Amino acid sequence: MDESVRKAVLAAVPSLRAFAISLCGNVDRADDLVQETLLRALANIDSFQPGTNMSAWLFTILRNHFRSEYRKRRREVEDGEGHYADTLKSQPEQIGQVEFREFREALAQLPSDQREALVLVGASGFSYEEAANICECAVGTIKSRVNRARTRLAELMGIESADEFGPDQQTRAVMASGE
Amino acid sequence: MNDRKPLGQQIPMETAATNRSKKGNAKPAKLSREVQARLGQQLRAMYDEVVNEGVPDRFNDLVNRIDGGNKDRQ
Repeated sequence: MDESVRKAVLAAVPSLRAFAISLCGNVDRADDLVQETLLRALANIDSFQPGTNMSAWLFTILRNHFRSEYRKRRREVEDGEGHYADTLKSQPEQIGQVEFREFREALAQLPSDQREALVLVGASGFSYEEAANICECAVGTIKSRVNRARTRLAELMGIESADEFGPDQQTRAVMASGE
Repeated sequence: MNDRKPLGQQIPMETAATNRSKKGNAKPAKLSREVQARLGQQLRAMYDEVVNEGVPDRFNDLVNRIDGGNKDRQ
């Protein structure tokens, strides 16, 4: 394997794991999914076109594998997507604990196609076009899913304006004003 | 010509159907920039928690093992 290819594969792993967790809702299953994705990818590394986006290629393989294998099994396993909330060791310091928990629970309630689109565009850093390629759908479909995901998240969290994000927001406003 | 299709063709069936079925309902209020920014911040914070864990040993080992195996065969 070319050294640059090996490096590109490894560099994509952290983001692949984060995406896999958002799909599976469980770290152990997500890591198995990443492992199977890497095995498949490396077995077919000749079909990767040098110069194209390694990360997008791996995400596509992971998503396809998830949809063909893991979705079938999902119902057999008691802990569902809602447990994404429990998979993380701690919440980031800049976001209040209650608010962050609410966010994760709301995210877990989104339809999977909306959540996937939102994560790819809003967290993985893919363009709408790249996300559309990964999900094998039209760019307009991705845009629509992302918009619906945001609107639904706000609904689930009961947010209509930024003021409703709770005391954190006020604290930050105070800090921003220099006090 | 090729890259500008009529609007109707760009909208997949699913989306078009959804839009139609929603006609008549009040359109959901567009989220303010602040709300969108805050949701985006939370999403990235959650995602980056995992990203910041880096590459677990099992994946480093896996890639290096396969890489080594390929070299042996060559």
